[in-house]
Amino acid sequence: MKKENVPQDLSSLGKITKEVCYATDSDGKYVTQLSDGWDVKITALDVAWQEIDGRIAGAKQKVLNNEASPLLFFMELRLMDLSILADYTGFWKWQIKRHLKPDVFNKLSEKDLKKYAEAFNVKVDELKSMDVHED
Amino acid sequence: MKIDFEHGQAAHCESGVTSNLLKKISNGKITEPLAFGIGAGLFYVYVPLIKINNGPAIAFRSMPGFIFNRTCKSLGIPVIQKKFSSKEKAEAALMESLEAGQPVGAQVGVYYLSYFPKEYRFHFNAHNLIVFGKEGDNYLISDPIMEHATTLTSYELERVRFAKGALAPKGQLYYPGNQKEITDDQIRSAIKSGIKKNAFNMISIPGPFAGVNGIRYTGNKIKRWRDKLGLKTAGLYLAQLVRMQEEIGTGGGGFRYIYAAFLQQANDYLPNPTLLQASEMFTQAGDMWRTAAVQAAGIYKGRIGSQEDFDVMGNYLLEIAEIEKKAFTLLKNIKW
Repeated sequence: MKKENVPQDLSSLGKITKEVCYATDSDGKYVTQLSDGWDVKITALDVAWQEIDGRIAGAKQKVLNNEASPLLFFMELRLMDLSILADYTGFWKWQIKRHLKPDVFNKLSEKDLKKYAEAFNVKVDELKSMDVHED
Repeated sequence: MKIDFEHGQAAHCESGVTSNLLKKISNGKITEPLAFGIGAGLFYVYVPLIKINNGPAIAFRSMPGFIFNRTCKSLGIPVIQKKFSSKEKAEAALMESLEAGQPVGAQVGVYYLSYFPKEYRFHFNAHNLIVFGKEGDNYLISDPIMEHATTLTSYELERVRFAKGALAPKGQLYYPGNQKEITDDQIRSAIKSGIKKNAFNMISIPGPFAGVNGIRYTGNKIKRWRDKLGLKTAGLYLAQLVRMQEEIGTGGGGFRYIYAAFLQQANDYLPNPTLLQASEMFTQAGDMWRTAAVQAAGIYKGRIGSQEDFDVMGNYLLEIAEIEKKAFTLLKNIKW
């Protein structure tokens, strides 16, 4: 890639920091060149997030239909699968599976709820209500 | 407390951290491309049966920790590397090094890394940064991805050092074990060893998933994705491939351009026309990875999507596999 062809499409990262790219100068020698981002990878990331947003919305609906506990919503929101959540909370995977049932979740102790809240970086009442406010 | 340390931005986190940690004792000679090449950083692997973020598990680089270790060992520098069972011990060890004036490399997860934009925060645990001091409750952080040095509170740093999930960092810290100056002879011998190791990893690991075989395997698989997964999921898979290839820290073209830069710099220490020839081939491979990414983007944007379009995409990877195989075969056969 030639230095002048290093793409400069502003990405969400580009607003915070430019990225270093390696490219060749007019003599064919490699130099570093800063890039604002590249449309091709901005879209790749957008596609990934659209998919995730769809999963979050689906999970939220399931919770509202009382088919799952709010844990499902937060697992999608925080991109966590059972093993990551088990690692963060110290629960076993089978325990988390049980806690995904609304009836079981509603009987959880304050202490257990706190573990989940901390793993998801929210407050306990936000965990119960799915009402999170983030920038 | 602030250690005399100069932040330097790099393309890739681990080769950047390695180069910055070795800056003083090498008088700045261990550039990022040299660290990447001496550390045998170039790789490709398609990990079968595993899904990451509901897509294929593909990597364009070696395992985290590999580059620093390999670079130091090839240069004859002892490596200090520690993981921790408790958060308290992890912080105490960090403070001890900082008080001794030693900047420290740390493996962290990016999910709770507060200065990263939200869109980039996945549960990816193989990020690297340098801690070079503490002021009040703030640790001074040199993250090679960022243009400028930054800070993390002690809680924020603890959280990312103890991120969970695959490749959990467990508070890992690392730094060079002595401060002896690095000589040009050491660099020359390390370059040879790095090239040899990288050629082995790319063309001699048996099985279909690693190195150029893995690129070929992926190319053939992509041709079947449309029928097997449907257009939408196939598009998501391609988007994932492009993200691994071009996302933060690859320097473009799935690290191929950094490697081409390394070979040019290697030629300054060990003049040899084969190094320059191979460098041009990696430039070509990097360009082709990017052409393939543009084709993939056409598919995940929904602009194209016929079976023929998938075949074109798959064939790009088959061609790339051939070029990289030839280049590493040339490198492997150099008589030093």
